Amino acid sequence: MNTDKKQNTEEVKLMKGNEAIAHAAIRCGCDGYFGYPITPQSEIMETLMDLEPWNTTGMVVLQAESETASINMVYGAAGCGKKSMTSSSSPGVSLMQEGISYMVGAELPCVIVNVMRGGPGLGTIQPSQADYFQTVKGGGHGDYKLITLAPASVQEMADHTVMAFDYAFKYRTPVMILADGIIGQMMEKVVLPPYTPRWTEDEIRKNTPWATLGKTKDRKPNVINSLRLQASDMEELNLLLQSRYREIEKKEVLFEEFDCEDADYIIVAFGISARICQKAVEIARQKGIKAGMLRPITLYPFPTEALKKYAEKVKGMLSVEMSAGQMVEDVRLAVNGKVPVEFYGRMGGIVPSPEEVVDALESKLVK
Amino acid sequence: MNITDIINPANLVMQKTKVMNDAPMHYCPGCSHGVVHKIIGEIIEEMDIQDKTIGIAPVGCAVFAYQYLDIDWQQAAHGRAPALATAVKRLLPDRYVFTYQGDGDLAAIGTAETIHAANRGENITIIFINNGIYGMTGGQMAPTTLEGMKSSTSPSGRDIPRNGYPLNITNLLAQLEGTCYVTRQSVHTVASVRKCKKAIQKGFENSMQNKGTSVIEIVSTCSSGWKLNPVESNKWMVENMFPAYPMGDLKNI
Repeated sequence: MNTDKKQNTEEVKLMKGNEAIAHAAIRCGCDGYFGYPITPQSEIMETLMDLEPWNTTGMVVLQAESETASINMVYGAAGCGKKSMTSSSSPGVSLMQEGISYMVGAELPCVIVNVMRGGPGLGTIQPSQADYFQTVKGGGHGDYKLITLAPASVQEMADHTVMAFDYAFKYRTPVMILADGIIGQMMEKVVLPPYTPRWTEDEIRKNTPWATLGKTKDRKPNVINSLRLQASDMEELNLLLQSRYREIEKKEVLFEEFDCEDADYIIVAFGISARICQKAVEIARQKGIKAGMLRPITLYPFPTEALKKYAEKVKGMLSVEMSAGQMVEDVRLAVNGKVPVEFYGRMGGIVPSPEEVVDALESKLVK
Repeated sequence: MNITDIINPANLVMQKTKVMNDAPMHYCPGCSHGVVHKIIGEIIEEMDIQDKTIGIAPVGCAVFAYQYLDIDWQQAAHGRAPALATAVKRLLPDRYVFTYQGDGDLAAIGTAETIHAANRGENITIIFINNGIYGMTGGQMAPTTLEGMKSSTSPSGRDIPRNGYPLNITNLLAQLEGTCYVTRQSVHTVASVRKCKKAIQKGFENSMQNKGTSVIEIVSTCSSGWKLNPVESNKWMVENMFPAYPMGDLKNI
């Protein structure tokens, strides 16, 4: 959450989180963006259309007829070894679940941004974090996991875009950036990533030898496919995916701690909730409550081990989310009954105040 | 004379296209898919574009197209082939990109993707196999099933008040500004196979001339779904399918 980290040497810009994603995508060598308008994330495609990257880096930007088409365009692009992405908000991401599952099955890398709004249904355009289950527990059909990054600042919107492409190609998987309406809409200082050229076709052939660029004489046809009709073939793919997930869980967990060292109580929060809870920790400390906060940066893989370690020394944990309580289940699984784990959250697009969080901490845990 | 004397390179008058491999086909006897696959393979070989062609396979009987033609393939979710093809062609504009789709895939679940890809004038070739039935899942009613035609989900025949009208999506696609070539063909006679091959080749050539989308509908048989033998199927197709889906170019610019 340290938004000042790079700002001494680089040019600092002021922009919305959504805009930062668009700039970062162009700069990190993204080949194609395919999207459909939906509040509160439309600035991503609007910014891309305004910047006209097809004239500079050659990046393709296309407004599709639906989120269904968008994610399938991403599939087509990714199948050619291209760095491709889409973005949407909750109802649109629901529509994309078919395509995401197919991309997992076909082992295709891509980046999907979900700037969450309240639901279920058409819901509200106000910010929410209620798509945690959808993102972290599956979403589409079949056994799979999505590496999920939860940015908490405009700087992280830019940084995570770059990281997400790295993860996607390292593990041949779709990666989700799970933001919310506030992070998408608010303006903050940001240092954008440096320009990295898009891969040439030679680089694509080298980096993604499975890509469908046209069958050359020196190799067999490349087929991008998620169909495995034989049960044994299907299980083979399932086992491969699961082994990748175990590796991801071992190597890629990211989280940030704030005043946890001597804490009696740990608040667990991600995204915009973590920004609020950071203030809540300060207020609690002024009141003499030794509170700390652990902010998962990757929601999958989840910082299970870190929470397990703290469960040995704290008196309780409070999961604070803008939902009815979803991540709290993963906190409880990590803590495994060692200490009480309570939940505080608001729904419908209502953002909890730091004072509300401190009250919840006091009434549910400190007592 | 020994059989090996007859099968002798010196006696060779015709050869299967090298783009088509020797994998045993899963298609039923009398099915049109095998012939269409073969002519696509021939075109790719004759145009020498094996290294420049990317096919997008559908969900349906042709889901396995990638097993038979030795080119790079992407297998799409049901109905989404034109969306995949859009992105592939836009990112690789010097490649030949075609979709191969059945009537359920193209004209029911994928209607939006089909119409919008064609309306954007994507420089792709859409090969549309219309046999008026869902073959892969066992002969259910398709958007193109004829009035009165029996299927497993219209056992007493397609009833218009209940099921609506057969969808003539190719006529619809011909109306769009984005299409440059829309034609309806078949592969039930030697002459029709030759004509169909020319049409598909034209579609491939169009895709490199920035003219827009080419749509080649191939009115086809489904012996298993229609519960007719291959000869009867061809006859039934000519008598019943052709009046509803007449042969010929709908648009050629």
